[in-house]
Amino acid sequence: MSEYIIKNGKVYDPKTGLKGDVADVCIKDGKIADKVSNKAKVIDAKGKTVMAGAVEVHAHVAGPKVNEGRNYRPEDKLFTYKPTGKNTRMSGGFSIPTTFKTGYEYARMGYTTVMEAAMPPLYARHVHEEIKDTPIIDEGAFPVFGNNWFVFEYLKNNEMDNVCAYISWLLKTTKGYAIKIVNPGGSEAWGWGENCTTVNDPVPYFDITPAEIVKGLLTANEKMGLPHSIHIHSNNLGNPGNYTTTLDTLKIAEGVKPNNKFGREQVLHHTHVQFHSYKGDSWANFESGAKEIADYFNKNKNMTMDLGCVTLDETTTMTADGPFEHHLTSLNHLKWANVDVELETSSGIVPYVYDPNIKVCAIQWAIGLELGLLAKDPMRTFITTDHPNAGPFTRYPRIMKWLMSDKSRQAMLKGFKNSDKVIAATNLASIDRELTLYEIAQMTRAGPAKSLGLYDTFGGLAPGMDADVVVYDLNEDKIKDAEEIEKAFSAADYVFKSGTLVVENGEVINNGNKRTLWVDAKVPMNEQVERDVQMKFLKFYSMNLNNYEVSNHYVPNPYVIEVDSN
Amino acid sequence: MDIVKLTLTKVPELYLEAENITPDHFAGKTAQQIGELHVHLGNTTAKISDYFTVEGKGGATAADTKIIISGPTDKVKYIGMKMTAGEIEVQGNTDMYTAAWMAGGKIHVKGNVDSFCAIGMTGGEFIVDGNAKNYLAASYRGDWRGMQGGKVIVKGNAGSDTATFMNGGTIDIGGNVDVHLGTHAEGGKIIVRGNAKGRVGGQMVKGDIFVLGQVERMMPTYILKGEEEVELDGKKQMFHVWIGDMGERHGKRKGEIIYGKIYVPSGKAEAAAPAARAERKKKLTDKQLEQVKEAFKGQEPTVQQVRTYIYDTFDIDMKPMQVSRLIDGLKR
Ligand SMILES: [Zn+2]
Repeated sequence: MSEYIIKNGKVYDPKTGLKGDVADVCIKDGKIADKVSNKAKVIDAKGKTVMAGAVEVHAHVAGPKVNEGRNYRPEDKLFTYKPTGKNTRMSGGFSIPTTFKTGYEYARMGYTTVMEAAMPPLYARHVHEEIKDTPIIDEGAFPVFGNNWFVFEYLKNNEMDNVCAYISWLLKTTKGYAIKIVNPGGSEAWGWGENCTTVNDPVPYFDITPAEIVKGLLTANEKMGLPHSIHIHSNNLGNPGNYTTTLDTLKIAEGVKPNNKFGREQVLHHTHVQFHSYKGDSWANFESGAKEIADYFNKNKNMTMDLGCVTLDETTTMTADGPFEHHLTSLNHLKWANVDVELETSSGIVPYVYDPNIKVCAIQWAIGLELGLLAKDPMRTFITTDHPNAGPFTRYPRIMKWLMSDKSRQAMLKGFKNSDKVIAATNLASIDRELTLYEIAQMTRAGPAKSLGLYDTFGGLAPGMDADVVVYDLNEDKIKDAEEIEKAFSAADYVFKSGTLVVENGEVINNGNKRTLWVDAKVPMNEQVERDVQMKFLKFYSMNLNNYEVSNHYVPNPYVIEVDSN
Repeated sequence: MDIVKLTLTKVPELYLEAENITPDHFAGKTAQQIGELHVHLGNTTAKISDYFTVEGKGGATAADTKIIISGPTDKVKYIGMKMTAGEIEVQGNTDMYTAAWMAGGKIHVKGNVDSFCAIGMTGGEFIVDGNAKNYLAASYRGDWRGMQGGKVIVKGNAGSDTATFMNGGTIDIGGNVDVHLGTHAEGGKIIVRGNAKGRVGGQMVKGDIFVLGQVERMMPTYILKGEEEVELDGKKQMFHVWIGDMGERHGKRKGEIIYGKIYVPSGKAEAAAPAARAERKKKLTDKQLEQVKEAFKGQEPTVQQVRTYIYDTFDIDMKPMQVSRLIDGLKR
């Protein structure tokens, strides 16, 4: 395998503690190395930024709801198609790009590992088919557990061993990576025409509350020692005044200590917090609750979060939070798709235009950035857009620009049609913090890798780690205009994935050797769970158990993380 | 105003995609430079000068540029796409997406146009002397933003799904329109001077539709509100006013619910439905039958093909079952 040496770049790497120090990075046999032979190809990175490949902690990039979005939004593809290139297939789409474009665009931005945030177990095969067709990047997927009948029943009966055995079985069967919880209990309640908007609203029939579901899954996660913590989208998303529900959810994790062998320090990851940090009691007096959330978050170190920044684009919302999508379509009157996923979850899709001239949208934009700036620990705070919900992932470079440049934020704030009202309803105008490139590296590399339990392999440049390395044409000491930040992060000069040069001068030159990450958590055989699974398939599922499993040929290049959960 | 004359010298083998033919792209360019602009054919790219002779030059701005196009342009798509100013005059027919997303200026097609013309139009004027096919001034597939402004005038007939998701501007059709007029409309004004085939204003939230001939069958979700005197073409006339679509959401203004409205001249509304039904029952004459037989000789046409042929040729709308029996009869 080829050797490379990236010379004289300004290296930003929390793993080795480099904060823009000039250093060389060596690549050998797909790994970061101490040194290389004199045959190594030399890449001159003088005056440029060098980081590890970025790690995406939460995006909706593969599976049935993404594809239904593509199906029912031909207008999202209009004028976006790029014909087949020398190393690339035809690709297109804006907020819901094709699988190929998803791979290419992440790679061009220097992202090398991506987590699909919501896999409905029943359609896990579809998720993996799309993951397989997404080139270059390593991917994993989080199956959803927060509205699952097995989980409800075992938790209700206090059968923690059965919960763990079922989780282990489902992760293995769906080739999943972590425990995702979406609107716990609420998506099931939606099947009864209801919702759970507080942590204490009981789910119809099952008579279990969101708080009990979260607490139960959190306990199971730590008992099993999984690499990632529970990954939660709490109740009451997107509603004015919901920050209290968010705090109630976070409090469930208070005092719980992490248990795992992967270096993970949090027991709860709260996703797209922007959508959960709203004050006021109507859209008329809607305002930012970012400060309250950030204060709590700063005090409680056993949790991580991602931002879910609104990018002010026309996009496609899609979530396993079925009732929320119904609520949204009745607000904006745009087309709505909805599905009930049998015993497991639900899902909905609605297009959305975040119009900077609409006060609420501009406030949402501000809240996402406030959270990023008020959170004191970038190792626990990750940049996302909940792609495509708050905006497409291709806008990450723009979010980095906003986080790094007070001037660019103030210009946005002043430019809004309802500028005065937006400034009054948020804290952003008075926050002058500007994040450094080191902090960006923490938020996009080291932090997410650590929270996923992958920090020995990804998100850093220590010898022995996977050689995911990016060179950006950006010199932190010489930035004249914040636009340079967005430009540099949009198309990297060089991107290495596992030691293979995949992007050069912003263009994809190699399709890499994509892997699928999944977690094999070994627990003792559990006959009751086996019997329950068979019974549920006989009685309720519309599918035969034999057609349910994601068999190995769906995952041709697996990267299995084994956990001894006994 | 500077004039650019484009003459199509040969009929392209495939459809020619010519989104560069707009005053915006031609402004400030010489004939030579205009000829260098690209056109697409299938998966290949060619130059305008490969297919057209180019005379004259573009004006200083789009507004100062007029393009006159002649030759067999039936297979040219996207003429005037996204144009913002200036003028285009086409001597013959054009294909799909003429005037698509047009924002300003004027396009005059002297022949017929195909489907999806003036979709998503936001401003300007689009005039067709002949007929337009389906989805005139509608939204792009999947989109909810149909015609939003400007004016479309078609002197002949228009096809189905005209003005889907229209929410502004004016459409004036001299002849008849096929089914699904103004579906999902949320504003704007449509005038049909001939007949409308039915399913008029389905899921319409807001907007005005005038049908000066007959509406073959009013949707059951419309309610006859009464008679009203309304000004049209500069004179006051009496109309029967239908409101709906009752199955759709409706906003309020000053406490009053705003509906979509369909206006049919008084005296015609009552006669509308029965007359149309009588027409439906029409059978083919022996001579017409012979003609159908000849047209599909040696082929195995589908019901829809034959039905469309009969509708286009004899203006008779037969039910699929009738057509199916007719095909069986012809085989024997
Ligand atoms: Zn999400």
